[in-house]
Amino acid sequence: MRTKIFALFLIFTFLIIFFVFYKGLQNTNIYTPETKSEIKIPHFETKEFFSKDKINSDQIFIGSDYYLLNIWASWCVPCKEEHKYLMDLSKKNNIKIIGQNYKDNFDNAKNFLINLDNPYDLIFLDNDGTIAIEWGAYGVPETFLIKDNLIIKKIIGPLNEKLLFEIKELTQ
Amino acid sequence: MNILKFLFSVIFLIHCFSSDLKAKNLEIEITKNLRCLICQGQSVYDSDSEFANSLKILVEKKLNEGLDEKQIYAYLKNKYGDWILYDPGFSKNTYFLWLLPILMFVFGGAIILKKVILNKKKL
Repeated sequence: MRTKIFALFLIFTFLIIFFVFYKGLQNTNIYTPETKSEIKIPHFETKEFFSKDKINSDQIFIGSDYYLLNIWASWCVPCKEEHKYLMDLSKKNNIKIIGQNYKDNFDNAKNFLINLDNPYDLIFLDNDGTIAIEWGAYGVPETFLIKDNLIIKKIIGPLNEKLLFEIKELTQ
Repeated sequence: MNILKFLFSVIFLIHCFSSDLKAKNLEIEITKNLRCLICQGQSVYDSDSEFANSLKILVEKKLNEGLDEKQIYAYLKNKYGDWILYDPGFSKNTYFLWLLPILMFVFGGAIILKKVILNKKKL
C-alpha cells in the first residue's frame, strides 16, 4: 500500500514537472511589464539631425496633432523591415512622423535614408541613448503614438501589418 | 607659507578625490539595484548592453542634477514599472511577495509547535 502511494506520488510529481517545463519552455523569458498608458511625454533637449540646431521637445510636439515617434538606427536590422510601414504612414496627412536617431553614425544614418527614403517629418539625435530612457524605451526599434502630449500607444519592436492597421484605426 | 600652500592643495585634492569616489560608489550601488530589461538576469551594472550603458549615463546625469537615490528609483519606476528594481517597494502588487516568507514562517512554526505539544502529551 505504502509503495503504491509512493509510486503514484512519484508519477504525479513527474507529470507536474513535465507539464510545467512543457508549457514554460515555450514562452520567451523576456518579460515586459505593463506600464501606465497615457503618460505624459518627457521633456528633453537635443539636436536636429541634419542641421545640428538645438531643439527641445516642446518645439517638436506642438498642438493636438497625432505624432508618431520612431526610435531607429541604421545598424538596426528590424528597422529596415518596418521602414515600409513608416513610408506608408508618412503618406497620411494627419500624422507627423518624428525620428529619433539612436546611437548612430551620421553618415550611415544618412545613407540609410537615401537608400530607403525618408519617412520622417523631423529627426533628432539621441547619441548616448539617454533620451530613449526618458521615453521609457528598451531599444530599437520602438514606436510611440502621441496625442496632446500624451503617449496613447507604445510599440516595442518593429511595426507590422496588424500594428499599422491599429495605428490607422486610432488616428482616424 | 609655501608649505601651507602645499598642504592646502594636498587637502583640497584629497577632498576632491574622495567626494568623486563617493559619487561613483553611489552610482555603482544604484546601477547594481537596477535590472537590465534587455538582458534579464543581469543588473544594469553588470550588463554591457546598449540599454544598460545608456542607463548608467542617465543615472550619472541625474546624480549630478542633485537627485538622491530614492528619487532616481522613483523616476525609473515611473518609466519602466516595479520590474526594473531588484528591491521592489511594498505596494498592493507586491504585498504577497513580501508577506509570503512571514506566512511560511508562521505556518511552519505552528506545525512544529503542534508536533512538540503532541509529543509531550504522549510522554
